[in-house]
Amino acid sequence: MLEIKELNVSYGAVHAIHGVSIKVNDGEIVSLIGANGAGKTTILRTISGLKKADSGEIIFDGADLRKTEPSKIISLKLAHVPEGRHIFPDMTVEENLEMGAYADATNAEAVMEDVYERFPRLKERRKQLAGTLSGGEQQMLAVGRALMAQPKMILMDEPSMGLSPLLVKEIFSIIKEVNKKGITILLVEQNAKMALSISDRAYVLETGKITIEGPAQDLLNDERVKKAYLGQ
Amino acid sequence: MKMPKKMKLSYLLNFLGLVLLFSIFVLMFESKIFGTSTTYIKGIFTTACYTIIMVTSLNLVVGCMGEFSLGHAGFVSVGAYFSAITSNALAGRGIPDLLLLIIALIAGGLAAGLTGILVGIPALRLRGDYLAIVTVAFAEIIRVAFCNFEITGGGKTMSGIAKLADFYWAFWIMVICVTVMFMYVRSRYGRTVKSIREDYIAAAASGINVTYYKVLTFAVAAFFAGVGGGLYAHYMTAMIPTNFNFNYSAELLSEVIIGGTGSLTGSVIGAAFLSSLPELMRQFSTYRMLAYSIVLVLVMIFRPGGIFGTWEFSLTRLLERVAGKAPKAQKGGE
Repeated sequence: MLEIKELNVSYGAVHAIHGVSIKVNDGEIVSLIGANGAGKTTILRTISGLKKADSGEIIFDGADLRKTEPSKIISLKLAHVPEGRHIFPDMTVEENLEMGAYADATNAEAVMEDVYERFPRLKERRKQLAGTLSGGEQQMLAVGRALMAQPKMILMDEPSMGLSPLLVKEIFSIIKEVNKKGITILLVEQNAKMALSISDRAYVLETGKITIEGPAQDLLNDERVKKAYLGQ
Repeated sequence: MKMPKKMKLSYLLNFLGLVLLFSIFVLMFESKIFGTSTTYIKGIFTTACYTIIMVTSLNLVVGCMGEFSLGHAGFVSVGAYFSAITSNALAGRGIPDLLLLIIALIAGGLAAGLTGILVGIPALRLRGDYLAIVTVAFAEIIRVAFCNFEITGGGKTMSGIAKLADFYWAFWIMVICVTVMFMYVRSRYGRTVKSIREDYIAAAASGINVTYYKVLTFAVAAFFAGVGGGLYAHYMTAMIPTNFNFNYSAELLSEVIIGGTGSLTGSVIGAAFLSSLPELMRQFSTYRMLAYSIVLVLVMIFRPGGIFGTWEFSLTRLLERVAGKAPKAQKGGE
């Protein structure tokens, strides 16, 4: 579904991503783990066109994303849940969801019912300003908003950031459920243990390079990963 | 969209309200209540009309888009000069006055709008303070350029512009401009721009072309600033580039902030009040900027969102309330 080949990205003179290749197959959850500043968010931002790549290929569903305008990428059914949630604080929950259907408003009402069914908490608070929601609810809203675009694939950036352990569990079970409905997911996480436990495959990113890759189960048992990211 | 019938009714009601307001003004001026000072007071009202257009258009940038622009006078200046040049070129060809005025205003508006696009494309990549700096620089460049162009009268006063605008026309032009801007804010475009203001990363992630909408709004604001400038030119009949200096931009901005960023009602009332105030107290006019700063400080302390915040006046709502038909108190705003 998504294939990244030999991607290079830099911020001015700083070369942030060095020849990264990632492949995500249809229906998979693939996670990208790594320390702060490894370049995880940069990769996601480059995929959705918010950052320009220097070289390499990004192919999504047969389309060359490097040649697609950022505002058109969502129409290809690739949604992005940005890091730090980024909901619209002064809009109501419902308006936030409506914004998710900005690019394609067909069936928006039916999709919204689906989202409300999945997140009953959002339905309860549909008329509330999104800025007044708790962190967990905001994360649910951000995921719900991405679902409004009826995506084939979602890029998720640090969904566990700033959430209590209980909520982290909840969010990850939501991600798993979303995936079961046939939506492919590329997950970027610092919480490596959680991410690996729900993923099919994973990549470890260190200072802009992929150092380890393989099935998530193998990585959970990999000595290097255990030592560096799982604290064992 | 839900109740187009109700919306139509609301537009009709508001229109009738404006006609009523207009008739009051006509009655007031034609009956010469104010005796010899009628013309003078009419002048103040005309000033208020074009100031309202300028301030409301600036509010599109400051309130709706959430970006600071300190160079609005630059667009006003482009509009004023361009429309004056247009009407001078077309004068004496038997075009009726009103048509000539409208052509001149549209020409001024388009010139300003085009300038808005040219300035907006590079400048709107910047945010906050940096954008403010660029807009100040732009207005200064325009001022200095107009001081040196032959066609704008060099550094001298450009005089002899046909006096095409009077209060009655200015009033309706103001009404049309404000209505169009109001509709822009309420439209899909306006909501898109507001979502960019709230969180531009989220907006971009929702598939919004952020730069396009920002430049578009900037251009629309510049267009109306230009129309306001054109009205100014055809009312004043003479102007000098230094009229549109930094102080003028700052004045417009403070009127937006005092009225309430994000409230077009606030801009209209703020502009009407603050533009006529110095005229009414002419003898203190040198202290005007001082008074502005004090008012600004007070507003920032007591009403940080401006006097009207984001509240919009609605005649329909008012009438409903008067008729006791409004069952639940609606909490203003949109």
